[in-house]
Amino acid sequence: MTTMNMVQALNAALAEEMERDDRVIVLGEDVGRDGGVFRVTEGLFDRFGPERVVDTPLAESLIVGMATGMAMAGLRPVAEIQFMGFSYLAMSMLISHTARMRNRTRGTLTAPMVMRMPYGAGVKALEHHSESTEALYVQIPGLKVVVPATPREAKGLLLASIRDPDPVIFLEPTRSYRLFKEEVEDGADALPLGRARTVKEGDDLTVVGWGAMMPLIQEAVDAAEGEGTSCEVIDLRTLSPMDSATVVSSVRRTGRAVVVQEAPMTCGVAAELVARINEQALLSLEAPVERVTAPDITVPLPRGEKWYYITPDRIYNAIRRTASF
Amino acid sequence: MLTEEFDPLEGKQLRILDERGEVIAPELEPALGPEVLTNAYRTMVLARVADEKAVVLQRQGRLGAYPPNRGQEAASLGPAMAMGPDDWLVWSFRELSALLWRGLPLEKYLLAWMGHEEGNRYEGGLRITPPAIPVGSQYAYAAGLAYASRYRHEQAVTFAYTGDGGTSEGDFHESVNAAGVFRLPMVMVIQNNQWAISVPRSRQTASPTLAQKACAYGIPGIQVDGNDLLAMYAAAAEARERAMRGDGPTLIEAYTYRLGDHTTSDDARKYRLEAELKEWEPRDPLIRLRAYLISKGFLDEPRDLKVWEEARRLTEEAVTAAEAVPAPTLEEVFAYTYADMPPSLAEQLDRLRRELGGQR
Repeated sequence: MTTMNMVQALNAALAEEMERDDRVIVLGEDVGRDGGVFRVTEGLFDRFGPERVVDTPLAESLIVGMATGMAMAGLRPVAEIQFMGFSYLAMSMLISHTARMRNRTRGTLTAPMVMRMPYGAGVKALEHHSESTEALYVQIPGLKVVVPATPREAKGLLLASIRDPDPVIFLEPTRSYRLFKEEVEDGADALPLGRARTVKEGDDLTVVGWGAMMPLIQEAVDAAEGEGTSCEVIDLRTLSPMDSATVVSSVRRTGRAVVVQEAPMTCGVAAELVARINEQALLSLEAPVERVTAPDITVPLPRGEKWYYITPDRIYNAIRRTASF
Repeated sequence: MLTEEFDPLEGKQLRILDERGEVIAPELEPALGPEVLTNAYRTMVLARVADEKAVVLQRQGRLGAYPPNRGQEAASLGPAMAMGPDDWLVWSFRELSALLWRGLPLEKYLLAWMGHEEGNRYEGGLRITPPAIPVGSQYAYAAGLAYASRYRHEQAVTFAYTGDGGTSEGDFHESVNAAGVFRLPMVMVIQNNQWAISVPRSRQTASPTLAQKACAYGIPGIQVDGNDLLAMYAAAAEARERAMRGDGPTLIEAYTYRLGDHTTSDDARKYRLEAELKEWEPRDPLIRLRAYLISKGFLDEPRDLKVWEEARRLTEEAVTAAEAVPAPTLEEVFAYTYADMPPSLAEQLDRLRRELGGQR
């Protein structure tokens, strides 16, 4: 056991997996000597050399395309996109080739790669560095979309993503990179993809979120529970394929739910989750399912970010409204 | 070195055969034996016959929108003839002769254009990627394939094709650039057929040639008469050797012409002068190769007739086989989205199965 933050946990996952499997190659901008702008790949260049820790030209479509080709040839590339706001340049590659390679060749060529990137606001970053556009990726059949919430989760889910036979979009909450530490097992096992995690059990209401929202949810839930509302907290972990079964079975029991999403409201992952709750748990519902999301506006620059970013208060108020409906 | 002798910046173009099939550069004539050359001719004839058949099938509603290859058989085949056993063929969508040379069954090719993913199930470990319709994008994964080959110390070079239109795409530039940076074992072929649907080559770039794009990326480039099979082979063979030596990629511009429409949905008469077509028709790569083979004594009229007969028979057989493949089942259209079907997708399949009843 070692106590580490999320950056260290991700670094440990990469190092352990590269040690274990020489098919794993890391590529991206500044991932080599610099160790990545957030230091997730720190030390890998010295340890595994320039053939396996590859500084690429500054070209996102190329990075994802090259990773796709490497994966088609049997390697297990992990491509880093420096910020989610720069990932759209690779969108065509992902949609046109990576995501559909298995289907269009009936499984004779596949693209088992990981596209890692930091996402999310709340860190007073430059423009284009605060995006949370996970729903764009969830819309693409053939991709998996994974978002860890804690250091331990980050390590286990990244290991699973690298080993997964399908391409995985791995979204790392920038705000949680160094927010807190926890005990992480050396040589940890991979965690399952496609399965939500019940963070804590409760009876009165279900709160669902993922990634950077989890610490905020925890804060809100602590306040609500202090007032006697017992909350079940679920970390969705994998946005695609979505484990709605865990959420639905919880809501069938609690009868109430709040879904928290950092991204803008319309057609977000929360909307899909609410639709599934309505389809499968309507008769158990005691209250409308509430969403706590960002508004449908461009992420404000740091001085206006306070109006945009989800606060524990907003989540707490949604819990109160839903619990007392 | 051909790439030095035929510097695109000096406006030079590699040619070995003239339009009548006569050798104009004997010192460059590759030593390909009669067997290889007649096989190449057979492949080009089969590509021509199958291609024309595909257009007919489209008109009859038996095949979907189809991009004809006519006129580009040598540009596509020459590089393929230079490939080694473990090389990757990354094609775009107008490289039928290269596919046939590398062993892709014709029925698979036709089946894919008939609208069935089974046509892209290339079996037997064929190192051929599926068609890439977003032009230029295939160069990026080609770079990844090449990187992987070198990483694993394979004796393998990646051959990647695109068209003149593809050279305007960002992915083309990002990939050629990266191929240079990483000195990847790649041979990159641009089939410059002068037209990207209705937009002429002059609208893709102000550069006098496409081959000279290589200069900016620090790699060798060469413009080749794309209708001259020997020249295309020679340029590609030299490029492959360079890649195998560890000296990196080469960009080859095949200067050719699309004798047909862009696809069966297009009518080139709307934007292309008849005179231009008439000018190119006598430069047909088949005419040239046939004349060369006859002059070499590798082919005569009766044998030529047999080649065409054989091509027609093989095409008919392939059409029959492709048309015999049943449409995919509902389960099959779901089955290859992920390695293991996620529960949420299995639920969607169940629901659709119920909604669509017993429909086959």
